[in-house]
Amino acid sequence: MKVFLVLLFGLLSGSLAFADDDHERNEAKGFAVNDNVYLQECGSCHLAYPPQLLDKKSWQVIMQSLDKHFGDNAEMDKALATQISRFLEGNAASSGFSRRSHNSASGRITETSFFRHEHDELSPRHVAQNPEVKSLANCSACHRRAKVGSFRESEIRIPGFGRWDD
Amino acid sequence: MKTQNVLIVIVLMAASGVLTANTVLEERLSTYAKNSGSSFSSQQGKDLWFKEFHDAETGKQRSCTSCHTKDATRGGKHAKTGKAIDPLAPSVNHERFTDAKKIEKWFKRNCKWVMGRECSDQEKGNFLSYLRSL
Repeated sequence: MKVFLVLLFGLLSGSLAFADDDHERNEAKGFAVNDNVYLQECGSCHLAYPPQLLDKKSWQVIMQSLDKHFGDNAEMDKALATQISRFLEGNAASSGFSRRSHNSASGRITETSFFRHEHDELSPRHVAQNPEVKSLANCSACHRRAKVGSFRESEIRIPGFGRWDD
Repeated sequence: MKTQNVLIVIVLMAASGVLTANTVLEERLSTYAKNSGSSFSSQQGKDLWFKEFHDAETGKQRSCTSCHTKDATRGGKHAKTGKAIDPLAPSVNHERFTDAKKIEKWFKRNCKWVMGRECSDQEKGNFLSYLRSL
């Protein structure tokens, strides 16, 4: 049993060491998705996109059209949908979060002016024609720590291209 | 805790997992049988698994295999997002069909995506019978 505890402690302290500096830890905390219902319901098909990437209105567009969800059917029980809406709207981008808009009439994060500005130097060979990326919706293909809510430029590795420096 | 005790606990946990899986699956099947008033055919479930449906909007063919591949004992891939999908066959994935709500949620979403309508209880029963037979 003692050996087991020592091993467990070793594993835990090892994983904590990945959060290597304060800045990174703070940023991860800001975008990390901690809502289990959202993670389970939405994250089972795609990255559970941080709610801060869209404004309240855009999240409403998405949650009101789950039966036609970007080419898929993502209908869910009403109680769950209400719970998820509350989480998304409560953490949505507010004015002042950045100078650029987080609004998207279609509900697509990739169509906000914030997102477009951040990705305007990419070409189709980086994304659409890149078999390991395919779509801008596939955040974690290049943002290697997207799952823990970190989108720092230094962490970007575009498959087949490597680091990104703009 | 002695090694022996640990082993007993592990065996009990594994056994209870298997029992839960069977209970939920059996309950669903008997509910579908009661609602549809018929028995099920795993062959018809298999036929449905491979059947292709035309989606007017995209002009593409859709089937269960679009995401789950032809072999349900292996993992699949979401047709659009590419996200990995664990195998559906309960023989290789004991977590499958252990939650009635989850079963109904995915039947609803995926039947609509593939066929443009919800599955009947008869179809659900055939389908689960097929997956259980793998």
